[in-house]
Amino acid sequence: MESLEDILGRHPFFAGFEAAHGRLVAGCARNVRFAAGQYLFREGDPADEFFLIRHGKVALELIEPGRPPVVFATLGEGEIVGASWLLPPYRWRLAARAVELTRAIGIDAACLRGKCEADHHLGYEMMKRFLPILVERLQATRLQLLDVYGKR
Amino acid sequence: MAAPDPFLPQPWRVERRRRELIGAVTLELAPLAGERPDFLPGQFNMLYVFGVGEVAISLSGDAERGTAFVHTVRNVGAVSGALTRLEVGASIGVRGPFGSGWPLAEAEGADVLLVAGGLGLAPLRPAVYALLARRERYGRVVIMVGSRSPEDILYRRELEHWRRRSDLEVLLTVDHADADWRGHVGVVPALIPHAGLDPVETLALVCGPEVMMRFTANALLAAGIRPERIHLSMERNMKCAVAQCGHCQFGPFFVCREGPVLRYDRIAGILAVPEI
Ligand SMILES: Cc1cc2nc3c(=O)[nH]c(=O)nc-3n(C[C@H](O)[C@H](O)[C@H](O)COP(=O)(O)OP(=O)(O)OC[C@H]3O[C@@H](n4cnc5c(N)ncnc54)[C@H](O)[C@@H]3O)c2cc1C
Ligand code: FES
Repeated sequence: MESLEDILGRHPFFAGFEAAHGRLVAGCARNVRFAAGQYLFREGDPADEFFLIRHGKVALELIEPGRPPVVFATLGEGEIVGASWLLPPYRWRLAARAVELTRAIGIDAACLRGKCEADHHLGYEMMKRFLPILVERLQATRLQLLDVYGKR
Repeated sequence: MAAPDPFLPQPWRVERRRRELIGAVTLELAPLAGERPDFLPGQFNMLYVFGVGEVAISLSGDAERGTAFVHTVRNVGAVSGALTRLEVGASIGVRGPFGSGWPLAEAEGADVLLVAGGLGLAPLRPAVYALLARRERYGRVVIMVGSRSPEDILYRRELEHWRRRSDLEVLLTVDHADADWRGHVGVVPALIPHAGLDPVETLALVCGPEVMMRFTANALLAAGIRPERIHLSMERNMKCAVAQCGHCQFGPFFVCREGPVLRYDRIAGILAVPEI
């Protein structure tokens, strides 16, 4: 059977990652599976695990009181769900719901935070991979905010 | 028959009118005299609502079929609003077709990626018909469409029909949706890294609001597509449409003559200059 380390190594997020770092991360990882409609996490929950999607689709939702949740992004194969685990107070600021059957690798956040503190090379590698994703998402949000398609 | 004076609107009649979205309609126009001139996918006409004014509107129908000019118009102001309110039987003035078309000959042998934002799908639709008419000449054909919400997707039924074809890949994304929407949510450039494009083989045709096209071009470059393989359809204000008045000037180009379809490498330097 394929080890978690092999699966992680093939995920685009870890492209070019050192083998030793891969082993450290794999030590915090587990396989997870979400049925269509199941929540990976909800707003306010402790951000104690984030996810690398292997197959499927996950919707990021924000709740407006008195209204149905608004989906503002979907993420798919090769993408990463969740960044709040990086920053105190380590609580989710949005909800993530599987739109279809989704298989992912869950990474224990406290475990990985501890390893990043202990080995700043690993921490820096993780940051170098997370930051571009966050910047891309910020850019995308800006474009969404401009609401370019309608009558202005 | 001598070609009509390009400055002189010819009388055409609204044959059919279909409401597409809130504030957007498709008009089919028939000539009151003679036949519909040929046009290339990507070209536009000047439509004149008598007593109101004239605006540039892309051709959105099949260049190789039918006898009408098909135009999809969104109400954003006086003239486009009057166009969307025209009833069947009304007459309007038409000049055109004008401008350059999509580089479909250059696309032969290549994979073709079409990226549309909002009403930008209208000028790309004739290109889709042309690609399908000679499907065997092209590699993969991928259509990406971004809209504000599921209710704002233009030509939705036709897109669904295309999606069921095995020789087209259609990816829809919306800026936001409720939980019932099962498709993608997010901006259209975010789809590009996941399409598995072969950067050397792909030629990209992009149409939408300028800011969306800039983001899309950046994502295409990041995916390894060369700037000279990216083509954008620019919508700049038109007046004469025959390279006389300078209204549509965009750096060294007159969009009415060299455009509206322009190669990205030729315009990249001026695309983000606010004064141009
Ligand atoms: C080559 C070319 C092809 C075009 N193809 C189409 C088409 O297929 N369908 C279509 O509906 N329109 C198309 N347009 C845009 C159309 O020409 C303009 O929307 C129209 O000129 C607006 O005129 P108006 O008198 O209705 O509005 P105006 O009174 O001139 O403008 C009203 C408001 O709308 C804004 N506005 C003007 N143009 C646009 C625009 N393109 N998008 C968003 N807001 C705008 C103005 O800034 C202003 O705030 C095309 C333009 C060009 C140059
Ligand atoms: S519209 Fe007059 S020069 Fe182009």
